[in-house]
Amino acid sequence: MDYDIVIIGGGPAGLAAAVSARKAGVEKILILERDNKLGGILNQCIHNGFGLHTFDEELTGPEYAQRFIDQVKELGIEYKLNTMVMEISKNKVVTALNRAHGLFSIKAGAVILAMGCRERSRGALNIPGYRPAGIFSAGTAQRLVNIEGYMPGKRVVILGSGDIGLIMARRMTLEGAKVLAVAELMPYSGGLKRNIVQCLDDFGIPLKLSHTVIDIEGKDRVTGVTIAEVDENRKPIPGTEEHFDCDTLLLSCGLIPENELSSSMGVELHKVTNGPVVNESLETNIPGVFACGNVLHVHDLVDFVSEEAAIAGKNAVRYLAGEGSCMGKDIKIATEGGVRYSVPTTINPGRMTNELTVRFRVGDVYKDKYLSVYFNNERISHKKKRIMTPGEMESVTLKRDELEKVNNLTGITIKIEEE
Amino acid sequence: MYDVIIIGAGVSGCAVARELARYKTRVLVLEKEEDVCCGTSKANSGIVHAGYDAKPGTLMAKLNVEGNAMIHKLCRELDFDFAPIGSLVVCLKEEDRPRLQELYDRGIKNGVPGLKIIERDRLLQLEPNIADNAVCALFAETAGVVCPFGLNIALAENAFTNGVEFEFNSEVRDIAFVDGKWQVTTDKEKYETKAVVNAAGVYADKFHNMVCDSIINITPRKGEYMLLDRTCGGYVRHTVFQLPDEMGKGVLVSPTAHGNLLVGPTAEDIEDKEGVNTTPFGLDKIASFSMKAVKNVPFRSVITSFAGLRAHEDGGEFIIGEAPGTDGFFDCAGIESPGLTSAPAIGRYLAEMIRDKYHFAVNQEFNGKRKGIIRPKNLSESELNMLLKDRPDYGEVICRCESITKGEIVDSIIRPLGAKSLDGVKRRTRAGMGRCQSGFCSPKTMEIISEMLGIPLSEVTKSGKGSKIIVGSNKDEI
Ligand SMILES: Cc1cc2nc3c(=O)[nH]c(=O)nc-3n(C[C@H](O)[C@H](O)[C@H](O)COP(=O)(O)OP(=O)(O)OC[C@H]3O[C@@H](n4cnc5c(N)ncnc54)[C@H](O)[C@@H]3O)c2cc1C
Ligand SMILES: Cc1cc2nc3c(=O)[nH]c(=O)nc-3n(C[C@H](O)[C@H](O)[C@H](O)COP(=O)(O)OP(=O)(O)OC[C@H]3O[C@@H](n4cnc5c(N)ncnc54)[C@H](O)[C@@H]3O)c2cc1C
Repeated sequence: MDYDIVIIGGGPAGLAAAVSARKAGVEKILILERDNKLGGILNQCIHNGFGLHTFDEELTGPEYAQRFIDQVKELGIEYKLNTMVMEISKNKVVTALNRAHGLFSIKAGAVILAMGCRERSRGALNIPGYRPAGIFSAGTAQRLVNIEGYMPGKRVVILGSGDIGLIMARRMTLEGAKVLAVAELMPYSGGLKRNIVQCLDDFGIPLKLSHTVIDIEGKDRVTGVTIAEVDENRKPIPGTEEHFDCDTLLLSCGLIPENELSSSMGVELHKVTNGPVVNESLETNIPGVFACGNVLHVHDLVDFVSEEAAIAGKNAVRYLAGEGSCMGKDIKIATEGGVRYSVPTTINPGRMTNELTVRFRVGDVYKDKYLSVYFNNERISHKKKRIMTPGEMESVTLKRDELEKVNNLTGITIKIEEE
Repeated sequence: MYDVIIIGAGVSGCAVARELARYKTRVLVLEKEEDVCCGTSKANSGIVHAGYDAKPGTLMAKLNVEGNAMIHKLCRELDFDFAPIGSLVVCLKEEDRPRLQELYDRGIKNGVPGLKIIERDRLLQLEPNIADNAVCALFAETAGVVCPFGLNIALAENAFTNGVEFEFNSEVRDIAFVDGKWQVTTDKEKYETKAVVNAAGVYADKFHNMVCDSIINITPRKGEYMLLDRTCGGYVRHTVFQLPDEMGKGVLVSPTAHGNLLVGPTAEDIEDKEGVNTTPFGLDKIASFSMKAVKNVPFRSVITSFAGLRAHEDGGEFIIGEAPGTDGFFDCAGIESPGLTSAPAIGRYLAEMIRDKYHFAVNQEFNGKRKGIIRPKNLSESELNMLLKDRPDYGEVICRCESITKGEIVDSIIRPLGAKSLDGVKRRTRAGMGRCQSGFCSPKTMEIISEMLGIPLSEVTKSGKGSKIIVGSNKDEI
């Protein structure tokens, strides 16, 4: 089997990449999806709030996904469900497994990685205590409640104020559970402001910033957890312990891009994002292998996932047409002063589109600070931002003609400045 | 009336059971948990020790060396995962060299083959991530790593298919010798037997002291661990120990039989015989202690932490044999490390002792072979596609981190002494043991368990009674 483009993952990223690649004129596209339906994580996000940017309306997750699924079907793009990609070789042979075809291989002209991410587990957080039933990652609980219709618990403490945790605080409350508290290790929330208001404040659920779980009790099922305040080194402060009788602990402590497939094929990963290092075309260090969506870096708004994925799709088509190979040299984007990373990490002006969105996250809460962009040592933009937080992705737009105006451009820097 | 009742379905109890199945006997294993391998046997380092640690002349030394040799063969007979990767005891100070030499000499006395002391240069070739101040090391080529669940479960299944009976969720409460027979009373039932084997792990002192005047005392000695992702499995290639001290073999860094990296254990005496919780103190200690022998262990990739309890008897020696003054009460007590390694030898040693007392005849039908669960991961493309023709379940991946298919999970449930809970499936297949720690697959595995056992989803447990995973349906409480 040969395909021009094989897309790994049929979530919003994979779908948008497929649609844009088809619209750019490529025929043979195949989406491989492990689950029994397209749509990815959106299938379990039954709350609304999706699509404000793309469709100008508030959709639920499944509704948003459906818009793209409909396009995939209308455009006659092929997809295989219940199909797990097991391996991708450096020369783009994709090996997958399913019930119908067994283990099979596909030769791809270009590959788009869109595998999404997984949740950080209890073990990865090193929370001491027993290991009973009743400890769930927030996404697992979300699946049980929203898809299967089952309650994972009745009295709940949530660790981590990521968006999934916030949304589950509200969902569990609506379904009849008592959410006692949301504890967050950092002095700020990792979630969107609107979710804190709509999911905690509106239900009177306390958000305990700078707190963590220091013990889990219960040998068979959780019977209680102890939380404590932490100091600036994130170490628990003795004497601040607070005990909750509960049967459930939900964890919403961050998402990790799923890049085991990518790294075993030789894709270079970024130390901060855990996603592939990509250039302006969202192409990895392996030519013809592109990445988008949560596998590239964790997003909070699906609209940006779709936008990013559409670009990856288009660039895969350009790659197949032989455009864009090796024109001039790549310019590195440096991030400083609280900007943790950027996607992409390099730009080649020769391949760049007229406008390019560079996305990034900041490492702390910044109020009334300036966001600046430098070309070499020259500051070319300087904008005051009322607030920037680690929970919300930021972006700057770079224009190709401005890049080209600079003589001998060797580096771009994005940084936060006091003034 | 049984010939032998064994208390405890850990690796010791199951090894004895399998060896007894070689004779014409009626054997029953009583286990208080819902499955085999729920005590110490499920939470340890999984090292098949070469045998240089125990004092020459002790039972521990003898059974360790014998057990090691047996496991090298048994892994094929019983189809469990074992990798003979070898071990290194690293000496970090020139002045400690005599202590390393002492270990070597002890090993030679104990009859350990293939021991060598290697110098820094060679050590660095073998282990590039070894500490900068490492001076030399004791290399033991017969050491290896075993999947502890795999060993315990394989022994149990093979005992079962050869006629040994198992009762789970059966806690032994009382033992008494009445009219020349033993009466064993559980929370449910009373049984009669000619002989009792006390393989109750950290609780073995309780049963021994019930029937014997020479008291023994077992202290649970907790060991905590951190387990790292498979991407770090190659960080060291051998099991790397530091020189042992009075509390045990110290913190080790080792690949596991499945290619993860294991770091631990700590050693702390506690009182609670169920105290398998991890502690902030313990986890900190692992991190700082491991760094002495191996540089920059990638703790960023920790996927889980856990703790196990060593059944430390005051005498520091295995207590195996008929308890003084009893007629047919056999101890298998104080089985701390190297208990896992020694298990096959312990089983043989004790079973032969019991056979000799009761003159059991040989069971001609005994079949010591067992096939494990088919692993599509280990098949070639054509083998796998052959299998899938009849069994498409092996083409449906459920646990994405470990690539475990529905076929494997179904097999783990329907096979002899099959899994009844999420943890049971996990120990048999590794589904849920990977980097996401069952976040993705647990709802699906629950469905399969519910379907195969014919129970409602709400009755599926993590590890037996009291550990239900869901508490009802949405809006039940409104
Ligand atoms: C709980 C939650 C709440 C959210 N709330 C909002 C919100 O209110 N508004 C908003 O705009 N955004 C929200 N988001 C963000 C948005 O939904 C995600 O960013 C988006 O779904 C990411 O899309 P993706 O395609 O990159 O990843 P996913 O949706 O995770 O899709 C990845 C797909 O790849 C498949 N896959 C992975 N590995 C393989 C393999 N080896 N073989 C085959 N297939 C594979 C997976 O099965 C999956 O279907 C939320 C996200 C979550 C998790
Ligand atoms: C931290 C640590 C590291 C170790 N590392 C190694 C190593 O690397 N290599 C090695 O060889 N060994 C090692 N060991 C030792 C090894 O794990 C043990 O020796 C071995 O598992 C003991 O097995 P067991 O069957 O005797 O005990 P267990 O596995 O504890 O089995 C006892 C069983 O008895 C049951 N039971 C108890 N009371 C009752 C009752 N009243 N009624 C019914 N059932 C009951 C329990 O539920 C349990 O299932 C280690 C141990 C620890 C704790």
